[in-house]
Amino acid sequence: MSYEQVIEVRGLTKKFRNIVAVNNLDLNVYPGDVFGFLGPNGAGKSTTIRMLLSLIKPNSGSIKIFGKSLKENRENILRKVGGIVEKPDFYLYLSAYKNLEILGKISGADTSNKKIMEMLELVGLEKRYKSKVKTYSHGMKQRLGIAQALLHDPELIILDEPTTGLDPQGMKEIRDLIVYLSKTKNKTIFLSSHILREVEIIASRMIIINKGTTQVEGKVDDLLKSDKVAVTFEVDKVDEALSLINNSSWKSSYVSTAKNEMKFELAKTETAELNKFLMQNGFAVSAVVPVRSLEDYFLKITEGGEK
Amino acid sequence: MILLIWLELQKMFKKWRTYIGFIAIGFLVLIVQLALYFTGQNMIDFQTRSIQQSFVMIGNLLNGYFIARLILSFLIIHIPFLIVLVGADLLAGEATAGTYRMLLTRPVSRLKIVSAKFLSGWLYVIFLLGFLAFLSLGVGSIIFGTGPLISFGGGRIVIFAQNDILWRFLAAYAFAALSMLTVISFSIFFSAFVENAIGPIAATMALIIILLILSVIPVDLFQTIKPYFFTSHMSRWDGFFSDPIDYSDIFDSVVVLVAHIAALFGITSYIFIKKDILS
Repeated sequence: MSYEQVIEVRGLTKKFRNIVAVNNLDLNVYPGDVFGFLGPNGAGKSTTIRMLLSLIKPNSGSIKIFGKSLKENRENILRKVGGIVEKPDFYLYLSAYKNLEILGKISGADTSNKKIMEMLELVGLEKRYKSKVKTYSHGMKQRLGIAQALLHDPELIILDEPTTGLDPQGMKEIRDLIVYLSKTKNKTIFLSSHILREVEIIASRMIIINKGTTQVEGKVDDLLKSDKVAVTFEVDKVDEALSLINNSSWKSSYVSTAKNEMKFELAKTETAELNKFLMQNGFAVSAVVPVRSLEDYFLKITEGGEK
Repeated sequence: MILLIWLELQKMFKKWRTYIGFIAIGFLVLIVQLALYFTGQNMIDFQTRSIQQSFVMIGNLLNGYFIARLILSFLIIHIPFLIVLVGADLLAGEATAGTYRMLLTRPVSRLKIVSAKFLSGWLYVIFLLGFLAFLSLGVGSIIFGTGPLISFGGGRIVIFAQNDILWRFLAAYAFAALSMLTVISFSIFFSAFVENAIGPIAATMALIIILLILSVIPVDLFQTIKPYFFTSHMSRWDGFFSDPIDYSDIFDSVVVLVAHIAALFGITSYIFIKKDILS
């Protein structure tokens, strides 16, 4: 391996007339990463992915994949990249098998019956391989999208919202598949997702972008470690509890109250201490609910609360 | 490249719309043959009425050759309607289906992809014209037999000997294919701009109709530019049934049509390579 970064993006900018979709974006993906690519709607995620897959040409900036310029080595690079861009669309009038065969042949992949069936089995479509794709549900097309992305055994897999439209079982299967590809097959995964929990569970590094620019980038653990966790305490006599909090050192951690729930921002060790404090003062705490840490962090970043 | 063309043809012939042209031509040729079987002799009698008192016509003039030439002249103006159904879908169909995203992230250059689209479209035209030739000339010869070919035009009646006909048909079908290649090239060109095949179908047909109308308006400007309209050359296949054949006239038409095809291929390739895929 003669490169340090699988993907190295510098100063990437794309404008559509007067709209700046991606603005001077930097991004680094290292070998073996499961790289979470996060951002609100319209942040420029899909535009960035389309540029990484050479569907869109940037106005300025550079993209290096496997240490080589995408502009100058497009075909060599794409031979080692598999991807899904937004929803996977196929030739609806052809079977899943035929779709994979056509796309695989164009990619120079092994399109033997054994290989295609192996891919279909991997995504659980082996029993419907003869069916035309127009008879497939959205979830089945999504699985087929993953199969086509893996068919030519790429080193880098770019997945744009791969679990969209899947049922909870399907989402878990795709997550497990991503972990399997990363851990067992040593693939580098670039994962764009709206499901923050998904990224929190499986990503090793991540970037959050907003309005086309990088907000934060780093290891998921490092980014979340520095952050306090939002925790909701469900208590009886909420007005009295609020009065107690306002006259205590916990006042600085208090965020808001809604019905009988009080929200605090706490370091991980503080949750148990606050619970003990409330109970010692005669309040019944019926629930302690941590708000998802990445979700909270994501909202802060994208709403401009923290940088 | 051969693999890409083969894959394009597989996709094309899995679509219902690809067969509309074959079905329509099969139906029309059958209808025309049936009608001429019963009334074709009246037609020949009417056309030769001025010479019937001076000449005695011997032999089978209502033969497969006569029918094939008649069918080619009837249908060549209408075949574009069938061809654009396929041509307009070649690029726009990928955009409509969203399959550009799959196709253009493969390790193949866009130039090769657009070239494969053009070449498969051109092959479709050749198949369609071949099918027309098979039905009208092949099947027509079986039904009506063969014989000398009587040709009317320019106030003259020319009769070609039986052994002087087949090569004229081959040349005429080849020329007709060239003019239809121009038509399908226009539809592929228009389909590079849009994400729906209906627009390119309408645009190509509108272009043909507009150029045909301009060709017949007796205004100096239109008559001056008329030789550069591809529509002015679409019926030049008939030149192979003249005696003597004006080869320079046919050559000029070939140059105009080939220039159109080359320009359309070049411009479409440039647009396609530069295009941002947003569908």
